[in-house]
Order: sequence, then structure tokens, then C-alpha cells
Amino acid sequence: MLDFLKPPVLTIQEFVFLAGRAFRGMSRRPHYPKDIVLQMDIIGVGSLPIVLLTGFFSGIVMALQMSKALQTYGAVNQTGPIVAITLVRELGPVLTALVCAGRNSAGIASELGSMKVTEQIDAMRALGTDPIQKLVKPRVIATAVMLPCLTAISDFVGMLGGYIIAAALLHQTTAEYWNASYRILEYSDIVQGLLKPFVFAFVISLVGCFYGLRTRGGTQGVGLATTQAVVAASVWIFVLNTLVTKIFVSI
Amino acid sequence: MPESILRFENVTVAFDGTPAIEELSFEILKGEARIIMGAAASGKTVILKTALGLLRPDSGRVFLFGEDITDRKERQLFDIRARAGILFQEGALFDSLTIEENVAYPLVNQKMVKCPPQEVRPRVERALTFVELEHTLDKVPSELSGGMRRRVGIARANITQPDLVLYDSPTAGLDPITANNIMTLIVKERDMRHATTIIVTQRLQDGQILAQYSYNPATDSLDRVPGEIEGIGFLVMKEGRLVFEGSAKQLRETRDPYISKFVLRH
Ligand SMILES: Nc1ncnc2c1ncn2[C@@H]1O[C@H](COP(=O)(O)OP(=O)(O)OP(=O)(O)O)[C@@H](O)[C@H]1O
Ligand SMILES: [Mg+2]
Repeated sequence: MLDFLKPPVLTIQEFVFLAGRAFRGMSRRPHYPKDIVLQMDIIGVGSLPIVLLTGFFSGIVMALQMSKALQTYGAVNQTGPIVAITLVRELGPVLTALVCAGRNSAGIASELGSMKVTEQIDAMRALGTDPIQKLVKPRVIATAVMLPCLTAISDFVGMLGGYIIAAALLHQTTAEYWNASYRILEYSDIVQGLLKPFVFAFVISLVGCFYGLRTRGGTQGVGLATTQAVVAASVWIFVLNTLVTKIFVSI
Repeated sequence: MPESILRFENVTVAFDGTPAIEELSFEILKGEARIIMGAAASGKTVILKTALGLLRPDSGRVFLFGEDITDRKERQLFDIRARAGILFQEGALFDSLTIEENVAYPLVNQKMVKCPPQEVRPRVERALTFVELEHTLDKVPSELSGGMRRRVGIARANITQPDLVLYDSPTAGLDPITANNIMTLIVKERDMRHATTIIVTQRLQDGQILAQYSYNPATDSLDRVPGEIEGIGFLVMKEGRLVFEGSAKQLRETRDPYISKFVLRH
């Protein structure tokens, strides 16, 4: 009767198994620092343009919408704080993670998937390297370091976008906007805003590696793995975001 | 009694419940060679991958260099794998690395192989000269032809001077001249180092070259030996089962229609 539950449960079990091996490998040599730096460049620096754009425009759009809504209460000067809080707590982490899931989970899954179907993964194992150490670990570490940085940058350009609207359309002064935004942010907001991308980083990298490494059957399989990776990573980002938010709201 | 290099005992490997090889048993001793033949999807590649622990048997036991590797963890397999070289069916060169880095890969990454950094480059150059590709050091695999990639794969499989070398379809899809050149290289590797060799092939001819020719360093070519070299065995696979095991002579004389198809067709 529960047969329809079997495939997803098995998939999750396999995923946990991979994650376990990756975490156990963290402290174990060899570490391949060159690969970590290379992945930081690809994942971090490579994602920067799109992260900047999405962050900036979501800040602008939010400022526009909020100022409109706040006008009815005569609280237009609250635009800055609202933009800041929403960005730091929710939109910054989630949007950045989604953009990175689209870009990096897909990139990782297709790269490892191509290696899998051309027997390069087997070749690695045969020639003395553990793919978990050589491929998965550098990607996980690189994403875990870079995603919080990207999120912080995204938060900042988002607020900058909000500031442009506030200054140009709402005639707020620079000091007003930034002071109000700065004062509203609490320590726990920052913690929440950086913890989330840290959690999402593991989702993005591990899901990408997972679907890449279980690719089967030629180029078609690579396409499928890539799609599955993006979908799964996005869904898990939303689920985990809800969980983390719930925890922080409860405290 | 010569050392046992590889032994399969009733090995079954299945994918999603369908066996790719079933109850397979054979043994190869030091200095010997085996030629594995059989139709597509008869399990030849699976045999080679199982031999190195890249695939795990569902039942039966695999002994590599006399050690039981059946239940070993991945981490515990690297040292023993370092004593074997393998050429994969599609070459499996790392396409993000140059030819030099590809050939150097086992030297640099296998912990068992202690190669000082300054010796890596000369050894890679020597290995590539051996397969007559010394001018491709800085190229990437996609810039080479299929036959050249195969030769790079052979160089990579042999760079650490492994005791056992596995070749998966080294001549498949190549013109006869290139195919014979590749076979010359394989015989050369075998005779220069006395390496134990297992080769998967569709051409009976490849097996005969292995069984009847030896490398002559003076002329850099193969010489026909009188009769047949000892210890060269043929294995014929059919749908995951071993249907023939014996010498070239026995293979020629067999009456089994499936097996003789391989003999007659070429
Ligand atoms: N990783 C895998 N996942 C699922 N099935 C596999 C896998 N590897 C091999 N098989 C199946 O096992 C069987 C034997 O495959 P194998 O690759 O050994 O064939 P082969 O004899 O090497 O054929 P060819 O001459 O075409 O290379 C095939 O039916 C194949 O579909
Ligand atoms: Mg094959």
C-alpha cells in the first residue's frame, strides 16, 4: 500500500548517505585547496552579477510598493526600515539562494552528471581519488563560505535600491533613510539573515552533487539530473526557510 | 605456484534486480593474459569494474592480488587499486585537464605511488613518447582524435607501472591500422614489464595478437612466436554468463554456435 512512498524515501536515504560521507570527509585528508578556491571563484564571483541585479531590483520594487501602501497610513518614512527588515530576514537570503540554486545546483549537477556518464567518476576512483573528497567537498565548502557573503552583498544593494527610490521619489535625506534602516535591524535579524544562507548553501551544493552523481544514461540523463537538481534545491530552500523562520519567530 | 592476481568466485552483479554478470568464476595468475569477448551488454565492462571494486558484487567474492576486496570500504580500496591500471571503454580522460595532467593523474593522486614532484613531468613525457604522443602534452582531450585519446588512455593506465592492466575495448571503433598499432602498444607494455593483462575486445584478431606475438625491442615491432604463448586464455560471455574458457586453439575448435560466431565472423 505504501509502495508509492518507497522511491522518495529511498532517494532521501541516499541523499542523507551522501551528505554523511561529505561531512565525515570534511576533516579527513586530502583537502584539495586548489579546487576549493576554484569553486569559490565559480560559485561566488561567478554568481555576483546576477545576485547584484536581483538584489538591487527587488529593493527598488519593494520600496515602490511599500511607499504606496504606507502612504495610506501616512508612514512613508517607514519605507527604509521595512525594506531593510524584509531584505535581511527573508528576501535577501531566499532570493539569493534561489538564484544560486538555478545557477550553481544546475551547474554542479550537469558537470558531475557529464563526468558520470563519460565514466570520469569511475576513472577518478580507479586512479586514486575519492569523488566525495575531490568533487563534493570543495563545492560544499565553497558554497557555504560564499553564499552568506553573496547574501550580505545582495541585502546591501537591495537597501541601496530602496534608498534611490526613497531619495528620488519620497524626498528622504540620506541620513534619514540609512539611520532608520540601521536602527531597526536587531542582532537576531543579522544572525537569521546569515544563518539561512549558510543552511541553504548545503542544500544547493549537496543537491547539485547528489543528482549529478546519480546521473544515468547519456546526455538525456544529464539534462534530467540538472532539472531535478534545480527543482529539488528550490523546494528545499522554501521548506527550510519556513523552518528557520519559525524557529526565530518563536524565540 | 605463481601469485594469483585476480580471482572471481561465483560473482553476481545485478542492476535493479537484473543480473549483469551471474555466478562468474575465473582466475588469472601473474604474467598471464585474458581476452574477454561477448556480444554487447553481455557484462564485459561490468567484470572489469567489479575487479577494481568500482562495482560491488551482490554475491560471490572478488580477490585482487590475493586480497578479498568484496566488502572493503571505498577508502580501503585505493591502495590496492593503485597496483592496477585501467583503460575505460570511452577513454574517460578528464576533459577539464590537459593531456599532461591526465597522464600524471595517477602518479600525483595515488598515495601508494611515491613519485617525487620533479619526476612527474619526465615520467609523463616518457609515457607519452611510448605511445608516440609526446607533442600533445599541453592539449586537452577534445583536441585529439579518437585513436589518439585511446593511446593517451593507455599511457595513463600504464604510467605507474601497475602489476595488472585492464583494457576495455581498446580497438573498438578504430580503423584496422590504428587498431593494430594499439595492440602493438598493449603487447609492448605486457612484454617490457611482464604485466598481467586483461583485455575486452570484439576482435578475435586482438586475442590472437596477444597469444601469438611478442615484442621485439630491437626492431620496435611484433614478432610471431612459434606456437602459442603460455597463459593466454579466452573468456566468452553471453548474457552475463561465462560460456567458454580456454586457449586460442580450443576456441577455434569449438562447436558451440554462439562461440564460433565470434571465431568465424573475423
Ligand atoms: N551502471 C549501470 N547501471 C545500470 N545497468 C548497468 C550499469 N552498467 C551496466 N549495466 C547493465 O549491465 C549489462 C552489462 O553491461 P556491460 O556494460 O558490462 O556490457 P558490455 O559487455 O561491456 O557491452 P559493450 O560491448 O556494449 O560495451 C547491460 O545490460 C547494462 O545495461
Ligand atoms: Mg562495455
